[in-house]
Amino acid sequence: MSENAVNAEELAADRSKMMISDTDVAIEINNMNKWYGDFHVLRDINLKVMRGERIVICGPSGSGKSTMIRCINRLEEHQAGQIVVDGIELTNDLKKIDEIRREVGMCFQHFNLFPHLTILENCTLAPIWVRKMPKKEAEEVAMHYLERVKIPEQALKYPGQLSGGQQQRVAIARSLCMSPKIMLFDEPTSALDPEMIKEVLDVMVGLAEEGMTMLCVTHEMGFARKVANRVIFMDAGQIVEQNEPEDFFVNPQHERTKLFLSQILHH
Amino acid sequence: MAKTETFQIRTEEAPLLPAPVSTTGLIGWMRQNLFSSISNTVLTVIGVIIAYWIIAPFIQFAFIDAIWTGDDRKACLPPEGSEGEHMGACWAYVEAYFPQFIYGRYPTDEIWRVNIVYALFALLLVPLAMPSMPLKKLNSILFLGVFPIVAFVLLTGGNISISSYTWIFVALIAAVGVAIAAILMVAGGRDFNGVKPVLIGFVGTAVVLAIILGFVSANLGLSTVDTPVWGGLLVTLVIAVTGIVASLPLGIALALGRRSTMPIVRLVSVIFIEFWRGVPLITVLFMSSVMLPLFLPEGVTFDKLLRVLIGVTLFSAAYMAEVVRGGLQAIPKGQYEGAMALGLRFWPMMYLIILPQALKLVIPGIVNTFIGLFKDTTLVLIVGMFDLLGQIQSSFTDPTWSTPTQGHTGYLFAAIVFFVFCFGMSRYSIFMERRLHTGHKR
Repeated sequence: MSENAVNAEELAADRSKMMISDTDVAIEINNMNKWYGDFHVLRDINLKVMRGERIVICGPSGSGKSTMIRCINRLEEHQAGQIVVDGIELTNDLKKIDEIRREVGMCFQHFNLFPHLTILENCTLAPIWVRKMPKKEAEEVAMHYLERVKIPEQALKYPGQLSGGQQQRVAIARSLCMSPKIMLFDEPTSALDPEMIKEVLDVMVGLAEEGMTMLCVTHEMGFARKVANRVIFMDAGQIVEQNEPEDFFVNPQHERTKLFLSQILHH
Repeated sequence: MAKTETFQIRTEEAPLLPAPVSTTGLIGWMRQNLFSSISNTVLTVIGVIIAYWIIAPFIQFAFIDAIWTGDDRKACLPPEGSEGEHMGACWAYVEAYFPQFIYGRYPTDEIWRVNIVYALFALLLVPLAMPSMPLKKLNSILFLGVFPIVAFVLLTGGNISISSYTWIFVALIAAVGVAIAAILMVAGGRDFNGVKPVLIGFVGTAVVLAIILGFVSANLGLSTVDTPVWGGLLVTLVIAVTGIVASLPLGIALALGRRSTMPIVRLVSVIFIEFWRGVPLITVLFMSSVMLPLFLPEGVTFDKLLRVLIGVTLFSAAYMAEVVRGGLQAIPKGQYEGAMALGLRFWPMMYLIILPQALKLVIPGIVNTFIGLFKDTTLVLIVGMFDLLGQIQSSFTDPTWSTPTQGHTGYLFAAIVFFVFCFGMSRYSIFMERRLHTGHKR
């Protein structure tokens, strides 16, 4: 999305509509470290996300942004430190991992839809098998969310028959069918054609406006400005800087942040 | 005229035209595929000539010169004095021997039992294989759970003596289930609904086992037919179907084991697979029928057919495991992550997401193994069992039908029967591949 000249007042008004809790912590990460073999990929990560907060994480490739959010639902294991999601601490206890995964939805860069199932089956699978919801009810829920992402007419098609943007919207609907409390987005628009990015971002903005707690790894700075409460900049496995979007973009503090912003914003 | 124009605008739509006639229809197809160039035309002509050389003598032998009826060898002998003139297939011999080829030395009075098994098999398999038929679950239970036991009782005659230890063991399973449930209710503070799954699991298993044992041990008035007199297509099908049905789940389990993160499970799977892949099937059959009895304690015997079945199943399971592993490796990591992120645990993830995709990918390899297994059943001849081919070969010694073309005819018949089954499996696999193709891979 191009850099829209967005009216600051309008933004402030928009944000005030979104409720952020002062006391209710959604995710808390304390002194978290992770290694791939000998390679120290995440270094001393500390992050506290309140319920209703929308956080955009950016940084150069290989900086550990994806790894960090994938630690939150245990797609990656952390080796030191503490991660508490929705009041549950992540350990090797499979039950706790299940509990957390039920409450945390995730969208991937390559959608990861199940190609052998129809769109509707993709959406009803987890509610039926994980939440033990009756099939009929699960289908109603699925259609509700498919309508929300504006593709109910594709319900009986297979993922391979849809465009990238439509697939990503299905992926979002699929996560929402589990009624998650937190949504993680791992570069949701990076694999999309420019024409399709907007339709996915529109859905994400809608989600943000409803007060969903969101962590997005993305390079869509327009999206960051529009909906984020906080932008986090990561480099070499560390959180280098975090700030409110206006200050972050206008007045970056760290040298690395300045360099990064100058490279992605001026071309 | 050489004026450079950088500005262009289309003012009217380019018309949509039909394709040129020479590229469509039969003539278009022939022109494109058979006669597109001089060298292609030459190749086409050579191909037609070769096909004629092969097919014409075959038709001559199998149909035109063939003898269709007759009571003994005289019908199929060339007429006196006309040396080598009447040399067609002797189908009369196949007709006379047909019951032996299909049932072996199964007692003639009891052949109706085999026929019922064949009919049941077809009745259950056909709807199971047709995707449009309803009641797939019931059908699968009947085919995989009930049919084998019914077939076993019908073919052997049932009336198996079962030791009292076996019954005690079954009772023990039920007792353990009740005990666990009671402990959970008293000490664990669960209510009756909370222990229901445990009760159903243990007691249900015990009841099912008891029903099966009761059925196979009951005296249904069927005379006992020992497996050594089974033969022909019956033996071929028993070995092939059991091997196919049992080796697929076993192979899947081994493939998952080999990819497991648990080192011991992985090691056991690897050893199993490599062992069975490393020995020839003939060795397996020979060991199971000749060597195994040496290691068993005195008085303990078990049926030769059963030993062959186990050997064949384990052997093909090892191959199946490697085929399935190939499919598992082709599934992108994202599919696992997508499933895990939704909260699916390992087994539901495998059952719902990974295996359907992996197995679909390796249908050609799986059917390849099935077909190989089907044809390998002919090897049981070396341990003294007579499958279809063995039965045909043993009929060659019969002087009643000894003619110059007896061997040719017998082997041709064997080839036709094997081809029908293997080609059937092959076509069905292609049909399933198309059907399961949800298309538009990227």
